[in-house]
Amino acid sequence: MKENRHEEMQNKELVEKEDKQKITRRQFLSYTIMGVSGFMAAATLMPMLRFAVDPVLKTSAAGDMIATGIKESDITSEPQRVTFAFKQEDGWYTSEVSQTAWVYRDDNGEIVALSPVCKHLGCNVDWNTNPNEPNRFFCPCHDGLYEKDGTNVPGTPPRGPLDRYDYEIKDGILYLSMRPKPVGGV
Amino acid sequence: MLNKLYDWIDERVDITPLWRDLADHEVPEHVNPAHHFSAFVYCFGGLTFFVVVIQVLSGMFLAMYYVPDIERAWDSIYHLQYNVAYGKIVRGMHHWGASVAIVMMFLHTLRVFFQGAYKKPRELNWIVGVMIFLTMLALGLTGYLLPWDMKALFATNVTLNIIESVPLIGEPLRTLLAGDSVITGAQTLTRFFAIHVFFLPALLFLLIGIHFFLIRRQGISGPL
Repeated sequence: MKENRHEEMQNKELVEKEDKQKITRRQFLSYTIMGVSGFMAAATLMPMLRFAVDPVLKTSAAGDMIATGIKESDITSEPQRVTFAFKQEDGWYTSEVSQTAWVYRDDNGEIVALSPVCKHLGCNVDWNTNPNEPNRFFCPCHDGLYEKDGTNVPGTPPRGPLDRYDYEIKDGILYLSMRPKPVGGV
Repeated sequence: MLNKLYDWIDERVDITPLWRDLADHEVPEHVNPAHHFSAFVYCFGGLTFFVVVIQVLSGMFLAMYYVPDIERAWDSIYHLQYNVAYGKIVRGMHHWGASVAIVMMFLHTLRVFFQGAYKKPRELNWIVGVMIFLTMLALGLTGYLLPWDMKALFATNVTLNIIESVPLIGEPLRTLLAGDSVITGAQTLTRFFAIHVFFLPALLFLLIGIHFFLIRRQGISGPL
């Protein structure tokens, strides 16, 4: 009995072995070669791809606030053009960049800093320069119009309100963000 | 999945014969290190090609950050090496790969020479091989200037002085290569860049194509 069972076990093992031997020598070799060459290709390409996508993965340093040299007390309800400059690092190139904002105090006493870049095609808007449209921002390129709070006037080319800078008052001086942010809404 | 895609294309375009011509051929016993370990000497040509592929790839990626201008070249390389992820690795691959490629190519040349594999009917391929050798040396030489550091500048001065000493046409040849008859400067850098990145690689691909075509046509030389 015991021997019989032993034989049975051996037979079973043989059957299992045959089942497992479905991979031929040729297949094994080609899988090995594919695996090794895949590993080598990955090891070669991975650093290069990571190198190339680096700008996408870098967090931009846009959070800095820049002093404008305008005193808080000088800000009136009339929009005034404020230019401010900062150092911009663009890879290996560092340069002085200047930005412009239209700054005023709204009816609630809140400070508003609007980007002058027209939301139509990127020309610069001006305050109150169109005699037919008093107290509005006017874009000379295609007659775009914005209300004082930056909302675009329906029926003129712009498709959204003017972007706004974040602001901050420190020691009585106005600080603005490096880049304006789009205003949400319609 | 891939098999199905292959079959789909093969059914329409019949690419299997092309693929067979290109890659599916037997490796003779005397070339197979599994039979005779000393056959590893036959690997050097393939290794040279492998390193060349790495050079081309890493070079393409380096060009994303590099500027061929004397005021910015060094800064751009500093930036890509220290501020960009894996910059050291990618530049390192190109830097060390340049030397490894020359070494592998030299070993390949020695093998062909000492086995007499260049003899009839393979003289033509030997000639093409020598042209590849010169092209690779020229790639190394022109690439050396691109970082625009002191070593690069003075090494290139030496190169240009050597070229200037060529009889009769030395001076115009120097001007042609450097972009100026005396200055090694802005125009030299852009010229070397163009030669390194466009002209020589194009020539190299052509020559390597001929080299491989001739190998497939004539087969590997027989055992010693």
